[in-house]
Amino acid sequence: MSIRTYISQLIFLMVLMGCDASQLNNPYVEDEGAISVLYQSFSERPKHLDPATAYSENEYAFIAQIYESPFQYHYLKRPYQLTPLTASKMPEINYLDSHGNKLGNDVQDSDIAFTDYVIDLKQGIQFQPHAALAKTSESEYSYHNLSETQIQQANSLNDFVDTGSRELTADDYVYQIKRLAHPKVQSPIAEIMKNYIVGFDEFSKEVASLQKTELKNKTISGVKTTGRYQYRIRIKGKYPQFIFWLAMPFFSALPWEADVFYEQAGLSNKNITLDWYPIGTGPYLLAENNPNRRMILVKNPNFHFESYPSEGEPSDKQNALLKDAGKKLPFIDKVIFTLEKETIPYWTKFLQGYYDASGIASDSFDQAIQFTGSGGATLTESMTEKGIKLQTLVEASIFYMGFNMLDPVVGGDSERARKLRQAISIAVDYEEFISIFRNGRGVVAQGVIPPGIFGYTDEKEGINSYNYDWKADKPERKKIEAARHLMEEAGYLNGIDPKTKEALILYFDTASVSIDDRPTMNWYRKQFEKLGIKLVVRGTDYNRFQEKMRTGNEQIFVWGWNADYPDPENLFFLLYGPNSKVKYGGENAANYQNPEFDKLFQKMRNMDNSEQRYQIIQQLQEVVRHDAPWVFGFHPKNFSLFHSWYSNLKPNLMANNRLKYTRIDPVERAEKRRVWNHPLWFPVILGLLIFVALLVPAVHVYRRSAKEVLQ
Amino acid sequence: MIQYIIRRFLYAFPLLIGVNILTFVLFFIVNSPNDMARMQLGQKHVTEQSIENWKQQHGYELPLLWNASASNEEKLTKTIFYQKSVGLFLFRFGVSESGRNIGADIQERMWPSLALALPTLIVGLLVDVTFALMMVLFRGGYLERTGMVLCVALMSVSSLFFIIGGQFIVAKVLKLVPISGYDDGFSAIKFLILPVIIGVFSGVGSGVRWYRTLFLEEVEKDYVRTARAKGLSEVQTLFRHVLRNAMIPILTGVVVILPLLFMGSLIMESFFSIPGLGSYTIDAINSQDFAIVRAMVFLGSVLYVIGLLLTDISYTLVDPRVRLA
Repeated sequence: MSIRTYISQLIFLMVLMGCDASQLNNPYVEDEGAISVLYQSFSERPKHLDPATAYSENEYAFIAQIYESPFQYHYLKRPYQLTPLTASKMPEINYLDSHGNKLGNDVQDSDIAFTDYVIDLKQGIQFQPHAALAKTSESEYSYHNLSETQIQQANSLNDFVDTGSRELTADDYVYQIKRLAHPKVQSPIAEIMKNYIVGFDEFSKEVASLQKTELKNKTISGVKTTGRYQYRIRIKGKYPQFIFWLAMPFFSALPWEADVFYEQAGLSNKNITLDWYPIGTGPYLLAENNPNRRMILVKNPNFHFESYPSEGEPSDKQNALLKDAGKKLPFIDKVIFTLEKETIPYWTKFLQGYYDASGIASDSFDQAIQFTGSGGATLTESMTEKGIKLQTLVEASIFYMGFNMLDPVVGGDSERARKLRQAISIAVDYEEFISIFRNGRGVVAQGVIPPGIFGYTDEKEGINSYNYDWKADKPERKKIEAARHLMEEAGYLNGIDPKTKEALILYFDTASVSIDDRPTMNWYRKQFEKLGIKLVVRGTDYNRFQEKMRTGNEQIFVWGWNADYPDPENLFFLLYGPNSKVKYGGENAANYQNPEFDKLFQKMRNMDNSEQRYQIIQQLQEVVRHDAPWVFGFHPKNFSLFHSWYSNLKPNLMANNRLKYTRIDPVERAEKRRVWNHPLWFPVILGLLIFVALLVPAVHVYRRSAKEVLQ
Repeated sequence: MIQYIIRRFLYAFPLLIGVNILTFVLFFIVNSPNDMARMQLGQKHVTEQSIENWKQQHGYELPLLWNASASNEEKLTKTIFYQKSVGLFLFRFGVSESGRNIGADIQERMWPSLALALPTLIVGLLVDVTFALMMVLFRGGYLERTGMVLCVALMSVSSLFFIIGGQFIVAKVLKLVPISGYDDGFSAIKFLILPVIIGVFSGVGSGVRWYRTLFLEEVEKDYVRTARAKGLSEVQTLFRHVLRNAMIPILTGVVVILPLLFMGSLIMESFFSIPGLGSYTIDAINSQDFAIVRAMVFLGSVLYVIGLLLTDISYTLVDPRVRLA
């Protein structure tokens, strides 16, 4: 057989193989076989995986699946409610007087000096297998006294081959609270907890110079173990929202052995730290942590029994959300999170079936979503053909335009300033903003509270009557003439400042200075121009902007807040006087202070949800709408897409541990991936042929010319 | 030559100190330690006390460059600059603001950077030289003219366009390779094919034109005419003589960037999710992680100095007339 025949057969074979090969674009190397694997992505590597320090959404995506707090949010029930997780029941709450004597439930709030939360834990819960808990046959910890050689040889936690486990006890929860207080841990909630947990501040000072490993034997006066499976937290006064904190990863259980293991000298140089390798009791454990590339969660073999909820909202049964009722959690064996920074590859991989769920970036929005005549969002035909499902959810967040109430022009409680703020509130058309800049992904805010939080209503009584009229069963923004009339009443006829006899100049301070932000800034200018006001945008970098906010050198700004827990207290506190940013360094960025508001807030925050509380919330809304320290902007609406093989989907703003309820159908996914990802070789072959066709005449010419020279 | 190398290394010290001071000053003009603390601590519930705690924990409670309240040499040593910079000269990069060991991170991330940059350089060089030689071979013909037009066209297009276009055509439409991602060992090949092709393609325009100019300069020289007169074919003349004599400028361009290959490509790594040092640097800048920025700038400077030295040494290898003293 000649060489030519060999080559032609080889090319034929390659083409044949190429034609048969499916999913050459598959980014996953491992064959997962029969196990159920979920493919997700993350765009920013988590900074912390220590439950005492993690506080952002991208960190909770991991640690909420690994660590367990005593309570959790019910996956299906609405309004949001807490249920026990590792606790055996909801906590026993006891009110005490200043001498520590127990009070009845019907006492006045002013009589309550302390509140005790007594928490009982389930028995038999085990920690995940971990090197920190490994023991030798002599019951000594295998890796608590590592030699230099052992440390040198270790490059990751997996290099410590032996693992162990032990039962979760109340001490583990108490130990974690001590960690929250330790200054070296730098928990973001330490400063808040000093105001609530008895002895927290004192303990923090006492242990400031100690190592974390010494915390175990120190006691914090307000937090005590009262039994192997019971502990008590004593807080100052009455603070009903404290229970929501107990559902956050900050209050998860952490074994003292973890700190003893990780604090050994030399391990941190290898990046073997608690911040990198968690140890929890949750449904998953972190099997691979390479946040530069991917992070892998696998089912925790020691996970205690927990079943899928059997109760929910009436519509849950119709939506097949109760099909798995009573079944053992979790359903997914392995979750692979891949780092994906750019939206184009992320979106492409989702469409190819290599990610099971996706958000929608603005550049792919039109490809995925279309709006119906009534304004509702639906999927485009190409998405529907693929069987993709859309889930929308209004977030428990608010973005607002704030006025610095310390500013002599827009701030203060004078009638002039108030009317000016009210006029601007009408003029800044956030419906238009949502339509232009957010592809319709938002709901205009009528007050402080987002939908889904107690106190919110979308009825007539819930509208901001200073900015809106109730027409045809929906709020309608007042005409610009109403705003101009307010301007006139404020003394700014046609926007003219009586002092300068020229257009009133206001300053908008922002850190949004990139070229992409220009259209937004121009839009803001246009809104103010409607009133004859000249808006000057003062753009600075983020750090300078923060400094302006801290010192009160801003005039108008845009800010946002994402609720920590589903209670109106966590939103109204943004306008509470003693939380003023300039005076007290708090979260009241507008520096708003109104004694009437503060009094109502103090009353509302300690109340349980009731009709009376609801009414007070409406009064609070009314005070703020009248004073207009904010232009209530919008509540963002989240659009998520899921493939048809993804089930048990129910939006839940509060629960971060949703992964355990998720189910996928790997067989359907494999089939769809195969169909969607057949490679196309034809254009490549065509391209090569064109290249050869171009080359042949040139070679021919060259050969001819070479011969001519020789002649 | 050894003396020369030692002297060059000694020259490098003041240079590196200067780079270090400049990075330090520029960084802290934009970011104060308080800003860094706020960035690391997040947006919620950040109090003055927590900022002070953070600074204390990370060694940013000291003055920046001069400690007036300290005594004697401590005026200099008890400063952020001294405490954070001395270790660099011993290649102790310290810990990032988020608590990761930078040295370990660099060791881990330089390999993916290298895995992308080295094949791009080698294939790119071969392709550029081959096409340049082809254009010289067919000079004056339609191939050269078409080639030149194509080169100018390719030079005029942003590399970002090649990346997005390449991803769209090869990974999305033709479905021949994964659009992004990375894996260890040989599994990395299928992830590297597309970025390497794009890297080579985006550099072809300027590369081919540059090498063509070098070769054209050589083909007009007397020794080439002599070679032709001896009866060598044009191909033999080009490969045996012209290419060899054009090696000095080629080496100058290539050797100097060899050490910098470790530093990675900022855009390419980001778009293809390759966990290299380029994306590491970008992330550090975005998160105001001074420790990483400082380490990467220092490492870049060291590698650049090494690159220049290697270039000098390589001259002596390709041109015996060059002597280093």
